[in-house]
Amino acid sequence: MECELSKVQNPLNARDLYRVLVVIAITVTFLGGCGRAWNDPYPAAEHGGNTLYSAFSERPKHLDPAQSYTEDENQFIAQIYEPPLQYHYLKRPFALIPGAATELPKPKYFDANNRPLPQNTDAARVAYSIYEINIRPGVRYAPHPAFAVDAGGKPLYLSPDAEGLRGKYRLLDFPQTGTRELSAADYVYQIKRLAHPRVNSPILGHMSDYIIGLKEYAVRLGAEDKKLQAGRKAGEAAFLDLTQYDFEGARATGPHTYQIRVKGKYPQFVYWLAMPFFAAVPVEADRFYAQPGMAARNITLDWFPVGTGPYMLTENNPNARMVLERNPLFRGEAYPAEGEPGDEKAGMLTDAGKLAPFIDRIIYSREKESIPYWNKFLQGYYDQSGISSDSFDSAVRVGASGETGLSPEMEQRGIRLETSVATSSFYLAFNWIDAVVGGGGDPVQRERAKKLRQAISIAVDFDEFISIFANGRGISGQGPIPPGIFGFRDGPEGINPVVYERDASGVVRRRSLEVSKRLLAEAGYPGGRDAKTGQPLVLYLDTTARGPGDKPRLDWYRKQFDSIGVQLDIRTSDWNRFQEKVRKGNTQMFFLGWNADYPDPENFLFLLYGPNSGAKTGGENKSNYQNTEYDSLFERMKSMDNGAERQAAIDRMVAILREDAPWSWGFHPRDYGLYHAWLTNVKPNQMARNSLKFYRVDTALRAGKRAEWNQPVLWPVPLFILLLALSALPAWRSWRARENRVARVSNADINAGTGGGVE
Amino acid sequence: MTAYIVRRCLYAVLILIGVNLITFWLFFKVNTPDDMARMQLGSKRVTAEAIARWKVDRGYDKPLFYNADASGAAALTETLYVRKSLEMFRFEFGAADDGRDIAHEISTRMWPSLALALPVFVLGLLACIAFALLMAFFRATAIDFWGVVLCVVMMSVSGLFYIIGGQYLVAKIWALVPISGYAPGFDSARFLLLPVLVGLIAGLGSSARWYRTIFLEEVSKDYVRTARAKGLAETTVFFRHVLKNAMIPILTGVVVSIPLLFMGSLISESFFGIPGLGSYTIEAIQAQDFGVVRAMVFIGSVLYIFGLLLTDIAYTLVDPRVRFD
Repeated sequence: MECELSKVQNPLNARDLYRVLVVIAITVTFLGGCGRAWNDPYPAAEHGGNTLYSAFSERPKHLDPAQSYTEDENQFIAQIYEPPLQYHYLKRPFALIPGAATELPKPKYFDANNRPLPQNTDAARVAYSIYEINIRPGVRYAPHPAFAVDAGGKPLYLSPDAEGLRGKYRLLDFPQTGTRELSAADYVYQIKRLAHPRVNSPILGHMSDYIIGLKEYAVRLGAEDKKLQAGRKAGEAAFLDLTQYDFEGARATGPHTYQIRVKGKYPQFVYWLAMPFFAAVPVEADRFYAQPGMAARNITLDWFPVGTGPYMLTENNPNARMVLERNPLFRGEAYPAEGEPGDEKAGMLTDAGKLAPFIDRIIYSREKESIPYWNKFLQGYYDQSGISSDSFDSAVRVGASGETGLSPEMEQRGIRLETSVATSSFYLAFNWIDAVVGGGGDPVQRERAKKLRQAISIAVDFDEFISIFANGRGISGQGPIPPGIFGFRDGPEGINPVVYERDASGVVRRRSLEVSKRLLAEAGYPGGRDAKTGQPLVLYLDTTARGPGDKPRLDWYRKQFDSIGVQLDIRTSDWNRFQEKVRKGNTQMFFLGWNADYPDPENFLFLLYGPNSGAKTGGENKSNYQNTEYDSLFERMKSMDNGAERQAAIDRMVAILREDAPWSWGFHPRDYGLYHAWLTNVKPNQMARNSLKFYRVDTALRAGKRAEWNQPVLWPVPLFILLLALSALPAWRSWRARENRVARVSNADINAGTGGGVE
Repeated sequence: MTAYIVRRCLYAVLILIGVNLITFWLFFKVNTPDDMARMQLGSKRVTAEAIARWKVDRGYDKPLFYNADASGAAALTETLYVRKSLEMFRFEFGAADDGRDIAHEISTRMWPSLALALPVFVLGLLACIAFALLMAFFRATAIDFWGVVLCVVMMSVSGLFYIIGGQYLVAKIWALVPISGYAPGFDSARFLLLPVLVGLIAGLGSSARWYRTIFLEEVSKDYVRTARAKGLAETTVFFRHVLKNAMIPILTGVVVSIPLLFMGSLISESFFGIPGLGSYTIEAIQAQDFGVVRAMVFIGSVLYIFGLLLTDIAYTLVDPRVRFD
């Protein structure tokens, strides 16, 4: 049917459109001229400061040094608290140096009759050791309201009830601050806090085995606290004043000296003195935070730390950002004057002797997702970044012979790549108390199980695993000890002969599957079937991996076992059930990892020490491995000083482990870090978490690069508006046509069956 | 009306007790207090004594529903369920397992969530209704056809694609807004522009298509034909009559979701770095923090019931045929 259209009016004439676009262009230009990139995520007031910009993905659970035991938390509190010792920033292997202490403590050994023993005394004769620690005089705490006092010297902010806290919800709501000198008693106080019944320190159990009287002290404090809290509601706990309860394990012997008494000889104890667990906490802070109503306002020591370190936490919003600012009262610490060979050439000694910290402010923004984090790093809004698997290909170029370097895009931006092998081990564990892979009590069966474990160790190709699932970021394990730790052997003598062999040309390569199959046959499973029953051998792997993203890895595991004819049954469970199974020994094989607490071989070799069996004693020997000779060597080795004798003992222990194969040694991850050109003095240190004080930022270079990389592209804005207007044009025309239609029914109305309207 | 609201509130109490009971049972079916302690204390060097101490300190050392060691009423009151779950009805949320006050956390995180959700909701609703009206107005024309095609395309694309694509194009390539982050006050506009735009576009396809169907159903009714027969202009028919009557089914889906805006958006908040409530529950489930899980489920239930009540009240306002009795 014919349609009659009236003259259609133009919705926007050209002049109007032009005017709109000009207004938009002026607005856009004005905004662009504010001197700050449009996509700058930081407030204008913070622009141009001597600030380090970083990010965190997991919100910290604890900032109390007695509770915090994770990397996520340590990155904050290690800048705030000062333990007596610390790690040298540049030297490798890792070396302890004084932190707040004046020198490294030398333990004094005593026998059961309190008679002093010489330094080289055999551990069996030592009844206890005394560590006397001298701290630096004149060190002061960062400004904090807990130290604020009135003219009479009384604390300003100690109130008997919650009324005194009216209107106070943040630490900043307490305008007055004060400070005082660090004392030895503060270190003793913190050791006592490890036993506090409401602090729940994760190392209390471990330290109770070593610090004399700590276990009994915890029981005593528990009883005293119960009496103190009787009749009180939850959240209104009274302050348990630990200064009123002494114990023999830790005491101050002077204003700047304190002693710790340790059972027997425990050379690794000095490493604990470099952890925040042993940093100083002032009793004033504990008393301040224990006031009624403080906890309900989230004003706690676990939330607002107070220390003597180079930085203090001035903003704590773990949902969005954490801000550290220079502690104005920090004593200052000289940048190291020596390091590894090559450090000087790499410019790492340029600031030698200068007083740190060099950066005024550190802003950590919360980035839960890796993609925005990566893009903001590329825009220059983060000074440093790791490399997620999503961005690995765009950041790193792997050469034909496996060497890694930066991609051209990264090089063009002046980004540096720093790599270091983590002091961690990731391994496949065999449960020693499982009849098939452990062997049980029968020597013949044990030998069969050993051959089976060796066969699996060869078949599960961790070199391939590293290549496929870790982008090549790792080195295959030859034993439990990672590189960088005393006892690790590099080169030919460090190769595990059970899994690797040297060919005629001297090249080290994984033993062939034929060797694995032969071992499997010797174990009584020729071709993957039980020689007696003819039944296929089915092994069980427990894992928490069960999402769609884990499927390739689980398929890879199956393929590895299938390569020698063994069927792998993967049992997936949630983390809780998995842990429970491992704890009770109800597993056959499982993957696990361990990050070093400190750079001593004892911290890895104890994971296979028989008396630490997880199933029997709840210890960290999760594979429940048992070997009398190994245990005996471990007991001797752990109290030895580093040297040839200790190395020989470790070599023997590692040889036993390689032969017994309680773990398939897996790999040691290699950490990759990217740093912009304006961030200098950066050297990854797997042990030291307090290194930010040595970082330096070239703020002018950063500002220039940010401006260069973040020029706003404006043409899409008017184009978008134009497209929107143009897309409305047909509708406008159609509407006008309909409105001006004269008593005719349109085709569209007929097709729609509505009959159309009448004008 | 008052009697109706009171009656609904009484029903709500029963529903909330049921939700509370199911949440409690499900949570402790999956996690034991020992698991919770291990999660908080970490997996390194944790002893059985440390776990026992943590449970006593946090009040998780009691049985779930019945305390055989207690006598009388205490056998029921000295249990985890009464101590940890029924407190909710006094709106006492207590502390999270990391010791932080849950009510304070919710009140802090609620505002960024609202700052994102409210504009997405309001602008999204307006855009969807406008687009749906446009398609319905030009029904059976090329505009309608391509509009529906566009809707189908838009609703077929994953929300994550809009987020990542938006961040890449608008924030990275064009450098017009920050990729992620948040600032309080007016400065938040810079950070909210992109997530609001993405939220709006991501929701446009499905909602506009649904509203179009509603409008087309209304257009075919007799009263519309009568209105046209009276000589009313098509715009008057649509905006004065069709729109008003089509609001009833739209209200069903819309009003109930208003209170839930407080609960935030998990993916958007996570990718755009907005410190809202969206991820609070998920993080709590991952951390096995029962305190936060029960609080968020309880608040979610209360808000949902409140939303349903609001919907019922809204019906009476837009449709005179609906009465409370």
